[in-house]
Amino acid sequence: MNAMPPATTALTVNGAEHRIAAAPMTRLSAVLRDQCGLTGTKVGCEAGDCGACTVLIDGVQACACLVPLGQVADAAVTTVEGLAADPLGAALQRSFLAHGAAQCGICTPGMLLAAMDLLARTPAPDEAQVQAALGGVLCRCTGYRKIIEAVMDAHRHAPLPAPPQTGAAVGARMVRADGAARVAGTALYGDDAAPADALHLRCIRSPHAHARFTIGDLGPLLARHPGLVRVLTAADVPGRNGFGIYADIKDQPVFAEGLVRYRGDAVCALVGDAATLAAIRAEDLPIAWQPLPAHATPAEALGGAPVQDRWADNVLTTGRVVSGNLEAGFAAAAHVVEGEWRTGFVEHAYIEPEAGYAVRVGDRIEVHCSTQAPAMDREEVAGVLGLPMEAVRIVPTACGGGFGGKLDAGIQPMLALAAWITGRPVRCALPRAESMASSTKRHPAAIAARAACDASGRLTAFAFDGTYDTGAYASWGPTVAGRVPVHAMGPYRVPAVNARARAVFTHNPPSGAFRGFGVPQAAIAQEALWDRLADALGMDRLEFRLLNALRPGNTTATGQRLEHSVGLVECLDALRPRWQALRAEAAAANARGGALRHGVGIACMWYGIGNTGMSNPSTMRITLDAAGRLVFWNGAVDIGQGSTTVLLQIAVDALGLPAAAFDQVMGDTDLTEDAGKTSASRQTFVSGRAAQEAGAALRRAILRRANAGDDAPLRLEGTRLHAGEAVLDLAALDAPLEGVGRFDPPTVPLDADGQGIPYATYGFAAQVAALAVDTDLGTVTLKRIVAAHDVGRTINPTLVEGQIHGGIAQGIGLALMEEYLPGRTENLHDYLIPTVGDVPPIECILVEAAEPLGPYGAKGIGEPALVPTAPAILSAIRDATGAEITRVPALPHRVLEAMSR
Amino acid sequence: MTTIYPGTLMAASAYHRPSTLPDALALLRDAAPAILAGATDLYPARAAAEAWMRQGPERPILDITGIAALRGIAHGPEGTRIGAAVTWAEIRDAARLPPAFDGLRAAAREVGGAQVQNRATVLGNLCNASPAADGAPPLLALGACVEVASAARGTRTLPLAAFILGNRRTALAPDELATALLVPSQSPTARGGVLKLGARSHLVISIAMAAGVIDTRSGRVTAARLAVGACSPVAQRLLQAEAAILGQPADPEALAAAILPRHLGPLAPIDDVRATAAYRRHAALVLLRRLVAGLAGADTRREAA
Ligand SMILES: Cc1cc2nc3c(=O)[nH]c(=O)nc-3n(C[C@H](O)[C@H](O)[C@H](O)COP(=O)(O)OP(=O)(O)OC[C@H]3O[C@@H](n4cnc5c(N)ncnc54)[C@H](O)[C@@H]3O)c2cc1C
Ligand code: FES
Ligand code: FES
Repeated sequence: MNAMPPATTALTVNGAEHRIAAAPMTRLSAVLRDQCGLTGTKVGCEAGDCGACTVLIDGVQACACLVPLGQVADAAVTTVEGLAADPLGAALQRSFLAHGAAQCGICTPGMLLAAMDLLARTPAPDEAQVQAALGGVLCRCTGYRKIIEAVMDAHRHAPLPAPPQTGAAVGARMVRADGAARVAGTALYGDDAAPADALHLRCIRSPHAHARFTIGDLGPLLARHPGLVRVLTAADVPGRNGFGIYADIKDQPVFAEGLVRYRGDAVCALVGDAATLAAIRAEDLPIAWQPLPAHATPAEALGGAPVQDRWADNVLTTGRVVSGNLEAGFAAAAHVVEGEWRTGFVEHAYIEPEAGYAVRVGDRIEVHCSTQAPAMDREEVAGVLGLPMEAVRIVPTACGGGFGGKLDAGIQPMLALAAWITGRPVRCALPRAESMASSTKRHPAAIAARAACDASGRLTAFAFDGTYDTGAYASWGPTVAGRVPVHAMGPYRVPAVNARARAVFTHNPPSGAFRGFGVPQAAIAQEALWDRLADALGMDRLEFRLLNALRPGNTTATGQRLEHSVGLVECLDALRPRWQALRAEAAAANARGGALRHGVGIACMWYGIGNTGMSNPSTMRITLDAAGRLVFWNGAVDIGQGSTTVLLQIAVDALGLPAAAFDQVMGDTDLTEDAGKTSASRQTFVSGRAAQEAGAALRRAILRRANAGDDAPLRLEGTRLHAGEAVLDLAALDAPLEGVGRFDPPTVPLDADGQGIPYATYGFAAQVAALAVDTDLGTVTLKRIVAAHDVGRTINPTLVEGQIHGGIAQGIGLALMEEYLPGRTENLHDYLIPTVGDVPPIECILVEAAEPLGPYGAKGIGEPALVPTAPAILSAIRDATGAEITRVPALPHRVLEAMSR
Repeated sequence: MTTIYPGTLMAASAYHRPSTLPDALALLRDAAPAILAGATDLYPARAAAEAWMRQGPERPILDITGIAALRGIAHGPEGTRIGAAVTWAEIRDAARLPPAFDGLRAAAREVGGAQVQNRATVLGNLCNASPAADGAPPLLALGACVEVASAARGTRTLPLAAFILGNRRTALAPDELATALLVPSQSPTARGGVLKLGARSHLVISIAMAAGVIDTRSGRVTAARLAVGACSPVAQRLLQAEAAILGQPADPEALAAAILPRHLGPLAPIDDVRATAAYRRHAALVLLRRLVAGLAGADTRREAA
């Protein structure tokens, strides 16, 4: 009987023999990452739900987090690091690059291995086979379509596409500049690179939505556990025990002081070695809880006891836009419609949970972390530690998805505090449930809206009142409340508007930034009203929107005259043939009868690029030194959306040297200028313009020094720079040549009535969704989505399509399946996001109504892609069945209920 | 670097992976270990507990995947024996199963993703005894029994309905191991099927699942077993529904219409994050009707061909 397995376990990984000294129940994922140093295998949940840890065991795909080491003794394991050695693996990796199948890249290793399992047996699979093989790996970025294409194409063993020529980089399908590391599994994410001697940090969080607590004597706990180095509490915070997005609202404590305000609120943190932390149980901690009544909804909070004393009425902010004569608009109308809508909490569900490490370097602190906003993190850490800004360095790691959820300071302040106090490096990676419980969410909204049009279909009045559940702390609540009323009427001419949005505190998780800042919720109400008006008029739903669409020269409800780059009419015109064809197909399918009813829906959106009526500059720098090294100092964080590549393409054309000549230094706050946060769809527009200026400035400097003409072509050969006929000997430079570009989009703050110029430019879009509803079960099957987006100028079509696909996938989740319920859907099997089988074929139509302020005419795409999807789906459900869905997600039982109303 | 992760603290000696059944049963008698097969329920349960620092006391582990006697699918005159180590993938890909097993195979294709199917065992699914276990309805429809063994009392066999007692409760004594599923031999003309309803296409816990095995001769239903999962603490056979279609002409629409709401008596659905109780009851009826219509239709089509 072999009850005593050998002290070490033999394992072959990527052809190499390993003898692993670890407990047999150690998860294979931990063995690979920690013992073999193969961090290409990612961990997103440790529960089999995300598939990021997928590896091959004897050629068959398995979740490494579900496999005990003892079970794989003598087995052969293949990880992403071993793929390139196999020609098929290498071909698959190239196919992923060529198709843009990796965005943030955190799901990529798992996707590649799941695909290898299939391709080894079925070299040229069809789509259904690919879906069955990849069904266990979640991707939050890509919408899966490009992944499917990449897998189906791998058998062609195609070479990588050549990089674009200088002067033709803008507009080219250039392969991601950071792509190779992502498909190789060598990109280092938040949990991949901590020093070997780092201590671990485990945050203790409130299991209650609202409670008082006291922490007793920690001495006995520390004495019992020699590996427990320190327990950090609020008393240890040397600076300000609070962080938050706004300079005057630092209301979220690093560690709560006697009172917790949501399930997940941080109470204290254990710092020690991993084994010790793993052994400590909640009941071992000397914390006494006294639960208090909690406000579960804004309705309960309004008029209830304050969540935070500073806001007695629990209203954080109210945003308002008022224009025209509303009463007259409704009075004169031929048709008036109204309704109420509700949406729930939506979780970002980035596949990489919050992770990073901090290290004290003398009198400075460094935090290496997965973040969307290094410059903001720097301010927060400095404030919490009571240090000058210069003493804090933030080094962004590769970011495995953000979508707004990694804009808040998250674990950075407590990591910094732990390293500062202990003097040792300290690391932390949140377990999935803790990430979901503690991080920000999309605001749930309760919306009442009313709209009217005249007999010809022209909109006359629009009233909107939105109550947004902002949770326990402010986070981005003011931004949401400010942005929503500006966008609430959508991209239409409405002469009379009264729109109000309130952010209301509750004892829920803080609602923050999530792709669209409250606008996707508003669009659900607004677009549903247009469908009802169009029906009341007997007018085609697309034509109704076209009739009322904003055009160049129109004035918005904030009093802003839009001169340029208003491409909604072009979007709708481009969609019309597809709209009509899909409607005809649906009608033909419905004529055949049966329980399936087919429908087609449409929705439009606009989206202001950058901060609302506020400065949000970006600075980019490019240098060329005496060694011939061309460096792009780029402070914009690429969270998968592609700014590293897009900004490079812009710089290539502005400067006139090829992409291969550039080195990029990214994000590091010691080395790069503040590019602003990666949010509000602003990096292409704002940092892109700064990159264009920087490239042009360096070009001018070169040409001046070389005494060459404006259009002289540049060529870099070692330290010799050719500018047309002239040659510059870089080795003779006493200081590097430099080009710096800065751009801050011109805006005018909104006044009390919401009048002003909130954004310098807007993205526009319209999407059509075709689907079938099973009228017996209420289930929805998406057939196709056609998306027309005015992006100003397409810098990289593959990346733009990738953003559209990914935004649509998240819109599908919002519409049909995603609902975060604190304590109940705190994992990725109860909280459902779309899988590879839930995203239908997507057609992208790119409209280019150039924005004169933007780089080469470009605007943004990150958030616009998501906004119209949910309303288009709901419009299609209504078209198919007549059911008005007023509550999302439209789970099957809700659809059935709506059908019977 | 040796990082030890939560849940992996136990000494090597507390993990046992015997290669024979008697060794396993002796361990079970002496060491009170937790039984481990594919580990696809065990690790997620740990992760959930660890996230809130509610991890239970460490128990020794008995890993049964090294026991040769528990492997494989065997066919004999009595029927089919599915060993405790047989995975969902083995069922999904099995070449020699009669059409009555089509429901179980369809369920296998929809349990988790391929990674889970490749390692999770069918018997582990039943031992885990989740109300939404996708193995229970098709195996009830196949009339399966569970073979159970202990060192002290040898082997006993329980009908599946007597094996799963409630939500997360089975009839296993602490010293017992479930060793195999025994499926009685099926009529070669019987057809099985399942319909699984969930809110997304892959990796989804059932809102409701209907399973059935139906046999027809000369255009009439000669045998029928129907079951519904995720609508009660334990998946239920629906004897009244079976009786309603037995002996009836195998006309898809008529058979569907013969199943009535009152036949769903044994179901006791609940409201949860996935659906309401009322919806589950309704969906169970729709799924059952579609299932019998589909099975009868397949038979009609086959006889016509
Ligand atoms: C991502 C994911 C998706 C999933 N999707 C589904 C799904 O769609 N449908 C579904 O039904 N399930 C699903 N599951 C659950 C799980 O995969 C199944 O229940 C699986 O069949 C369990 O088998 P296992 O071998 O992995 O069990 P283990 O985790 O090894 O064991 C499960 C339990 O049974 C006990 N046990 C196992 N074998 C025996 C035995 N022979 N004798 C006595 N006790 C035993 C163990 O002690 C443990 O308590 C999913 C799981 C994951 C991680
Ligand atoms: S980490 Fe293994 S499935 Fe998520
Ligand atoms: S690319 Fe798939 S999760 Fe980011």
